[in-house]
Parts: sequence; structure tokens; C-alpha cells
Amino acid sequence: MSSKTFRGGVHPKKYKELAEHIAFEYFPAPDEIILPLSQHLGKEAKPLIKKGDEVILGQLVAQADGFISAPIHSSVNGKVLSIGKEVTPLGFPKDSIVIKASENSVDKRFTFPPLDPETITPDEIRQRVAEAGIVGQGGAAFPTYVKLSPPEDKVIDVVIINGCECEPYLTRDYRLMIERPDDLISGLKLIMKTLGVKRGVIGIEDNKPEAIKILSHKVEYEEGIEVVSLKTKYPQGAEKMLIKAVTGKEVPPGKLPMDVGAVIQNIGTAIAIHDAVVKGEPLTRAALTVSGLGIRQPKNLYVPVGTPIQNIIEFCGGVTEDAVKIIVGGPMMGIAQYNLQAPVMKATSGILVLTKKEVTESEETPCLRCGQCVDACPLNLMPTKLARYTQLKRYEDAEGIGITVCMECGTCAFTCPANIPLVQWIRLGKQKVLQMQKERAEK
Amino acid sequence: MADTQILIEPKQKVYFDLTTSPHLHSQWSTAKVMWFVNLALVPCVASALIFFGIQQILIMLVAVLFAVGTEAAIQAIRKKKVTLFDGSAALTGLLLSLTLPPNFSLSATAIGSIVAIGLGKQIFGGIGYNIFNPALVGRAFLQAAFPVQITTWTKPNYAVDSITSATPLAAFKFDKLLTETYSLAIGNVGGSLGETSAIAVLIGGIFLIAVGIVNWRIPISMIIGMFVFGGALWIINPQQHPSPVFQIFAGSFLFGAMFMATDWVTSPITGKGMWIFGLGISLVLILIRTFGGLPEGVMYSILFMNSFVPIINRYTRPRIFGEQKEVKK
Repeated sequence: MSSKTFRGGVHPKKYKELAEHIAFEYFPAPDEIILPLSQHLGKEAKPLIKKGDEVILGQLVAQADGFISAPIHSSVNGKVLSIGKEVTPLGFPKDSIVIKASENSVDKRFTFPPLDPETITPDEIRQRVAEAGIVGQGGAAFPTYVKLSPPEDKVIDVVIINGCECEPYLTRDYRLMIERPDDLISGLKLIMKTLGVKRGVIGIEDNKPEAIKILSHKVEYEEGIEVVSLKTKYPQGAEKMLIKAVTGKEVPPGKLPMDVGAVIQNIGTAIAIHDAVVKGEPLTRAALTVSGLGIRQPKNLYVPVGTPIQNIIEFCGGVTEDAVKIIVGGPMMGIAQYNLQAPVMKATSGILVLTKKEVTESEETPCLRCGQCVDACPLNLMPTKLARYTQLKRYEDAEGIGITVCMECGTCAFTCPANIPLVQWIRLGKQKVLQMQKERAEK
Repeated sequence: MADTQILIEPKQKVYFDLTTSPHLHSQWSTAKVMWFVNLALVPCVASALIFFGIQQILIMLVAVLFAVGTEAAIQAIRKKKVTLFDGSAALTGLLLSLTLPPNFSLSATAIGSIVAIGLGKQIFGGIGYNIFNPALVGRAFLQAAFPVQITTWTKPNYAVDSITSATPLAAFKFDKLLTETYSLAIGNVGGSLGETSAIAVLIGGIFLIAVGIVNWRIPISMIIGMFVFGGALWIINPQQHPSPVFQIFAGSFLFGAMFMATDWVTSPITGKGMWIFGLGISLVLILIRTFGGLPEGVMYSILFMNSFVPIINRYTRPRIFGEQKEVKK
């Protein structure tokens, strides 16, 4: 089986060996959890409880507000301590519900009535996915039921499950694929049913032969479902790259996957859909990898949403002497943390503790015009020019050569031998251009 | 750049970096790249010493020392950060020396190095800002200032045939004498210090392609260009024009293709641009070798194409992913 891929990309060191052989473990409920009301793209949820209320695991504590929003459920049994601004892993405070977990109450929990996946209708699936508060587990946390409700005029012909996990260190999707292949396939079938799609593809990078083997075997007798081996390359897991590799189609700038007939779902999302429909479980826990050379015991964990990072790090044996950086997410796109009280959110894929050895940065020098960023950019942009235009505040020029198309994957900055923070400059320029476009639209 | 904060209190106090993603970086840095290119020139240096004598090391030393010294002096005068250890000035010196004839005067070599760094590089603002390949600027200056010396060739140590005082290209151009490809590959023929041995050049060049420093498009497009343009002339009149294989192996072609045209700063940044650049060099080179007064023209053709790089970059912007070029149904 030859592996499919896209043009460009880079090959960062993988560090997968740290956690890929470690089976998932359940993280015990912490004393206190923090539930930001905005754990998804879109409008923040509206709290339904007040200070002092008793809540149980799985109870709805905040309802979705509008179309692109998702409800939030308590991930523990306990009592509401407060509702107010709390730090989040995104780096700035957000309105959050803080719940004090009570002891000896593990039996109490709320679940929806389980549904039969054979007889369920698409609308019932959508409703359940919406009620369960499922958001994309890949990082952007887009409410899943919105993705499952494409406009009438869009013809969807393929559902692609994103099993690439191209970010270094992260192993949770890999572990989910080999530990819960049946649930994954069940979730995929539910998605296909919802969208009325006959073709399902599970795309997996070829550095995960075990997952490819297991899932290929499992889908042998499933009609319309296939496993596709993809080349191991960053950012193979980016939606546009994945669609290109699987279908050969390119999503035009500013368009969505559904515009080329594809819907992408993450491994964790498909499993969450299965759990919500078949087991009736709302989304109250995050499956994540704790890894990096700076953590004493790398693990793959099911963690109650809202658990502070601090607790998880302690659970994994703490950090080593030479740890210099803590990241939520992967090392290529994740966010460095300054406050370990920040909680795990629904879409948190990993917590990484990196040492000096891993994040070594050499000095920035002038651009050598080597063209390596141009060669590596998966979207065929010219990162060095975009960064230069931003530095010179020539935002119109940056807009003209496509700065808004950038998905900020960080490939350019990774590859730059002169160590220029290219994507960081581009992010800044992109913000300015978007602001400019907004002002223009208002005129 | 790195902000720090105290974290994990009170149990453990650690300072943490807060830089933004990506948090990993490839292991390359400007200095490392430059030293790798220097390293890739070792086979060429060795071939120079083998074929032209151990004393040639003096030319290289003088070239490197004066290049580095000039860089340091100018940076010190301009009160800029002295960047001696990034290896780029040393590389310019070494490259320059390898393009000079054996036993070239040491004082002229020193002048060449000063010009290469001063006029070729620092006058534009230093590393990354120059338009022309600095080593070739130095050599072009020497060609103008010492026209006789720079075309006086020494007989190599292990010469077996009669063509020893001229370079293979000159021998062909003026006397229609062909040198065997075997000799050209090994390098025991007349020519510039580091350029006569195709094998030595290729070892270094392939190493640089393998580690990802040299983009394969430039050498490959130059070689293809030579096959196409040189081959066309050869097919038309094999008596008047040498075979493209000879064109490739003789003179500075391979050295230029691997080490000079591929200079990052002075070559295009786009893939398509690199093809245009490489093909352009070969075309200009064929014109100079065939119709010009000089037997060789790699230096001029690369410098000539260097001047087009900004415009090539401008007009070869890659098609953005998903951008519609033509309507496909």
C-alpha cells in the first residue's frame, strides 16, 4: 500500500515513543474543576446553575447559546463554588463555573437514554450530538452537530476520520485507534448515516502500522469504509492536507471541506459520538496525552474536563529539573502555559512538558533567502515575504499574496535556518489584514 | 524573546518559557548551514592539494583569513555585531580560492577576498542582503585586475596527456582537442584549484543535497539545460561543438552548479524560479562558451542570472493551495 500525501511539509522529530505504548488510564476526579463557558468555537454557553447548587456528573450546567455553541456538563459530582473569570489554557481569562467536587458520590451520574444505532434517524443523532456537547477533538473545538448539519445545497460524498495525529508527542488518537477500534467504527457509521454518505475513510499516517492493521482488519466487512495509509509528514492532519491526500481535491482559499464534498472528524470526536448515542454519555472528559522529556511519567489519560493542569502534572510524577516549557496541545501549534491552574478543556489533546534539549532555539539571523519556507509551506504561500511585508507594515501587499490563507501550522518557522519567527509575524499580519477587511466591509 | 514566570508553587519553583508555537525547531541554524557547506568543500580542497600540490593550501588560507578579517573589520567599523563564527565569510574565502588558478599570487588572492566581502557582501548590509554571489564578485574583480595571471594554468601533478598547460575547455575552443571524460572526472587536468575534479565536486554537492541544504532543482535544471542547449549545438555540428557531457564535466560547470549557483542568498526562493534560474545559467553559459571570446563563462553566467533573481521571485509566486488557475470540470 503506497502512502498518499500532499506537497510540502516537514518532518519534526516525533517523540511518540515516550507515550505510544502506554494504555489509557482514568484520572481520578480532582478536588476542584474549572469549566470555562467557552470551550468551543462560537458563542459561550449560558450557565443554568448558581453558586451553591449541588450538581452531579453529567448534569447540564450551561446551555448552548445560538447555532454555533455547545452545552457544558459537569464532569464531577459536587457543589458550585463560583461563576466568574478564570484562567484558561488559551492564555486569557474566560467566564467559568468552578465546582468543588464532593467525595463518595461516584455512583450518581446523569446519562441520556441509550439509542439503538441501527434504528436511529439522522435527526436523532444530530440532536444527541448537540445535547451531549460534543465539539471537534482536533483542537479548534468546532461544535460537531453544526458540522453534521451541512446546508441543503452542499453535497457530501465522503466522511474522513482524521487518524493522522501528525503533531509530535501526541499519542492519544493512536491509543484510541488500537484500544477502541469498534467504538471508532461505530462512531464513523453514525456520522455517515447522519450525512447520508456512502463512503467513509479512516486516514492514518504510516508511522502507525499497528493502528492501520487493526482498523483495516475491522473494516474488512464494513461496506463503504476503508483505511488509507498516509505519509508521515507534518501537517498531514490539517483538514485541507488530509482531503488532498485522500481525495486529491483542494479546498479553495476561504472555502470549507464541505465545499469539496468532504466532512472531516477527529478520532476522538467519532468515539465521543458513539459514546453519546450508544451509551448516552455527555462529553465530560478529555482523552489526552501527557508527554515530553520534562514529565517524569508520560501517560495517556481520560481526564474530567475542567481538571487543572497542575493536578495532571502531579499525577504524572511532576516535572524534571531541566523542564523549561509547558504546552497545551501539540508542540507545533500548542500554547505555552504560564498558569498551571488553567483547566483541561473539551478539545485538549495533550499536555507537554519540554526540556531545554527539545526547545533549543538558535539565534535569529537575517533571512538567507534559502526558500525553504516556500518549499515547505503546505499551502504554497511565501512565508518569508508575508513576514517581511508584516514587518514593513505593508498589509495590502501581504493580503495580495494570500496572508489570510495561512493556517498557522508553523511549518515555516520550524524549517527556517535563520530562525526567523515567520509564523509569528504572519499571525500578526493576518490579524491586521482581517481587521482591515472588517473595516472595509463596514464602510 | 522568552518571557519567564514562576510556576508550580510552592512545591517546586521553575521558570518557564512563554514563546509561541511552533515550540520545536529544525536543528538548522545559519552558522550550522555555513559550516556544513565548508565541510562539503573538503573533497574539493583535497583534490586541489593532490593535483596541484600541498603548497596550494596557502592560497586557501590567505583567502579565508582575508575574507574573515575583512568581514570583522567592516562590522567593527560599522559598530555591528561581529559574526565571524557563522562561517559565511570563511565560506566566501574558501569558495573564491577554489576558483583561482594554482599558484595564483597570494597578494592578489588577498585583494580578491577583500573585494568579495567588502563589495560583494558588506556593502549591501551583510549576510542575506547581497545581490551577487560574493565569491564570484571577488573572482570577477580579479579577472579584470589580473587578466593574465588568472588565465595562467599549471600542469597538474599526475598529468598523463599532452594537454597540460591549457584547460580542457581552452584546448577544445582554440585547438579542438578533446579531453577524455575519465580525466575530467578524476581531475588531473589543468584548471582552477578546486574545480577540476568532477568526482570531488559531486561528493560535496550530493552531500549538500542529501542533508537538504542545496535545493536539487538548481543543479538539476542546470544539467538539463546543458543537455538541451549544448546537446542541440552538438547534434547540429559535432565537429564544432563538444558533447554536452564534456560541457558538463569540463571547467567550472559542476562546481558552479553545486556551490555557486546554489548560494541561497543570490538564487530564487521559489521552485519554479529555481528552474528558470538554472536553465538560464546554462543558456548564458553555452552562449559564452560557444560564441564568446572566452573558453569558460560559468562565473559570468551565474552573476548575470543573479541580477534577475528579484524579478524571477516576483513572477514565480506559487499557486496558492486550492487557488483556481483554470476552471476544471
